Amino acid sequence: MTIAPPVVRTAPPAASRGARSVSVSWMAWPALFAFTVFGIVPLFGVLVLSFSSWNGLSPNIPFTGLDSWRSVLNDPDLPHALWVTFLIMALSWLAQTPISILLGVFIASHQRYRNWLAVLYFVPLLLSQAAIAITYKALLDPNFGLGAGLGWGFLQQDWLGESKLAVGVVIFVVSWQWIPFHSLIYQGGIRQIPASMYEAAEIDGAGRVRKFFSITLPQLKYTIITSSTLMVVGSLTFFDLIYVLTAGGPGDATRALAVDMYQRGFKANLMGPASVIAVILVLVGLGLALLLRRLGGRDAAESQLEGA
Amino acid sequence: MKRRNFLSLSAGAAAATGLAACGSSGPADTSKDSAGGDAASYWFLSGPPGEPIRQGAVDRFNKANAANQIKVTTFQNDTYKDKLKTALGAGQAPSMIWGWGGGGLKSYVDAGQVDDLTAWFGQNAAVKDRLFKSSFGPATIDGKIYAMPCETVQPIIMLYNKEAFEKAGVQNPPQSWAELMSLVPKFNEKGIAPFSLAGQSRWTNMMWLEFLFDRIGGPEVFNAAYAGQKDAWSNPAAIDGLTKIQELINAKGFVKGFSSVTADSNADQALLYRGKAAMMLHGSWSYGIIKADGGNFIKDGKLGFFNFPAVDGGKGDPTNTVGNAGQYLSIYSKASEHQKETAKKFFASLLDDTEQQGWIESGGVPIIQGSNSKLAASPDKDFLNAIYDIASKAGNFAQSWDQALSPTAAEALLDNISKLFQLQISPKQFADNMNQVIGK
Repeated sequence: MTIAPPVVRTAPPAASRGARSVSVSWMAWPALFAFTVFGIVPLFGVLVLSFSSWNGLSPNIPFTGLDSWRSVLNDPDLPHALWVTFLIMALSWLAQTPISILLGVFIASHQRYRNWLAVLYFVPLLLSQAAIAITYKALLDPNFGLGAGLGWGFLQQDWLGESKLAVGVVIFVVSWQWIPFHSLIYQGGIRQIPASMYEAAEIDGAGRVRKFFSITLPQLKYTIITSSTLMVVGSLTFFDLIYVLTAGGPGDATRALAVDMYQRGFKANLMGPASVIAVILVLVGLGLALLLRRLGGRDAAESQLEGA
Repeated sequence: MKRRNFLSLSAGAAAATGLAACGSSGPADTSKDSAGGDAASYWFLSGPPGEPIRQGAVDRFNKANAANQIKVTTFQNDTYKDKLKTALGAGQAPSMIWGWGGGGLKSYVDAGQVDDLTAWFGQNAAVKDRLFKSSFGPATIDGKIYAMPCETVQPIIMLYNKEAFEKAGVQNPPQSWAELMSLVPKFNEKGIAPFSLAGQSRWTNMMWLEFLFDRIGGPEVFNAAYAGQKDAWSNPAAIDGLTKIQELINAKGFVKGFSSVTADSNADQALLYRGKAAMMLHGSWSYGIIKADGGNFIKDGKLGFFNFPAVDGGKGDPTNTVGNAGQYLSIYSKASEHQKETAKKFFASLLDDTEQQGWIESGGVPIIQGSNSKLAASPDKDFLNAIYDIASKAGNFAQSWDQALSPTAAEALLDNISKLFQLQISPKQFADNMNQVIGK
């Protein structure tokens, strides 16, 4: 990165600042209200339920202290579910980020055909996860799927019936769906980079690759953090896709935390332990979001155009 | 900065809690918004062959009883149980609860969600006496009847494709487990899978274990686990059955990719009638599905069937069978008095001649005493008589394990079965895992 001149921050006068924040704060109320009712309140409900051994049916909820916590934390399935969750998180991040950045660079320039392609890339995002999962399940069926239909041997794998392949398929489908979204974020980020920086680099004799690594990537730092936060925290909630595609199988190969929670709560009637897992999910999500913000420095929301 | 930090953080958390919260957003069926004002609600499974028959019974009832109307909602098999559970937990279940009896019904009884119908059956002996006696087994909890048996008896049988047998040069269906194992390479040589199996649905795998346990050690083996006897799953007969199933998997007895096939899409049936698999262990309702989806397969006489073969040296009676002794309708305890009255009237109207005929045409045997007299006129009489015989002559008619056990134990069972079939765990590990949930 070029050497940035010292930034001089000029704080606006205190009075005007205070007045402005009062005048706009009401705009947050509807969102805050919805978030409280549908986010915070259920969260506390789940926290309360995690200290019970409710079966989901009975009108009275028996509170049993830490029993549910003990049973979940001693369960050998928990480390496995955590492992699967983090594996899917890490691999889907690794698969999505480079492709999204490159696609973002590609669709950021203003040629017309690229605009058309950008629209096409966007299509997977319009489909519901359940529909995508059902479609892929049909395409990958070893007996009636695409491979069997076309007679292509390499497509005739037992895609969803072998542990490693099933994890791979989940990551592939997740990436297929979400890469367009992240490309769009990167496209926006790239278009924010002032053209003057590239012009300066060209004068210095930098080539296309050099410009990418020396200007585009560093300037995208905060975009990468935003997109990664969405990917990482979002991957904790992959439920519908996995549930429809593999139902957590084969065996428990794709039984991530969210699927595990559902199986315990709604299949096995163990609402207490399921709530414990929900609380763990929330804590992991909060922890990861915090960590990613720390990675971005203390103030990720500050301007990224310093030195431009 | 602090506030912004909090807001953006909580946006991330919202995604996580949103998921946790979506569990509690069950269907809001108030069952009071129909024209009748206080209609009884009734949920049942969608899809052929049952849906039009159930719908027909409701339509006839609604027509005949202007003052007692029923409103229906239909669901797919695997989603139905979950949806019902959520609705029960939220106090918004339908007035009539359709189910399989057994452990699931017991969990509703324990939670005080369904009405005791023993007295009603006492007053209406005619309703009770026309049904199969065995059909009341899964409806009875601690000596009291909590559900009205309905619809058909569905034992699990072995179905086979006669054309595939011809291709592989196999004359007769196997009479013993050893013979069955010896057929496996013969079919595999011809590129035909010996057995079709929808392994992702898990209860499909379970049917194999139900029969192996029974043929090797008799019904006592599972009954011990059901009764909560300590280490019941470590019974040598159980270990033998678990070992035998893994031998069959290792011998490539099941269709390639079986663990990604689901029963809800009927892909396992398709494998059989398209000749990709030679045999399939499945509920007798498969006949209706194959008849509806399989083109001329049944008309051309290509479908064969037989009871699960004996295991050499096994103690179990080879006439024993497993399956659904009926389907069950209970009354939701929070339904209004009027809805309950409608439900009871509806129960008494069930399995009239039209409905019986409907089930027979779909390839089912109604749970009515002497319904075999109606079977002779049916084009499916061979199959239907076989089912009637298997059901009525069985030394023991056992309930499907996942229906008999409590939902908690059933989920553990299905989970371990899927690992067993994936060869992830050994028979001994299976037994150890299952011993831990005995009595839960």
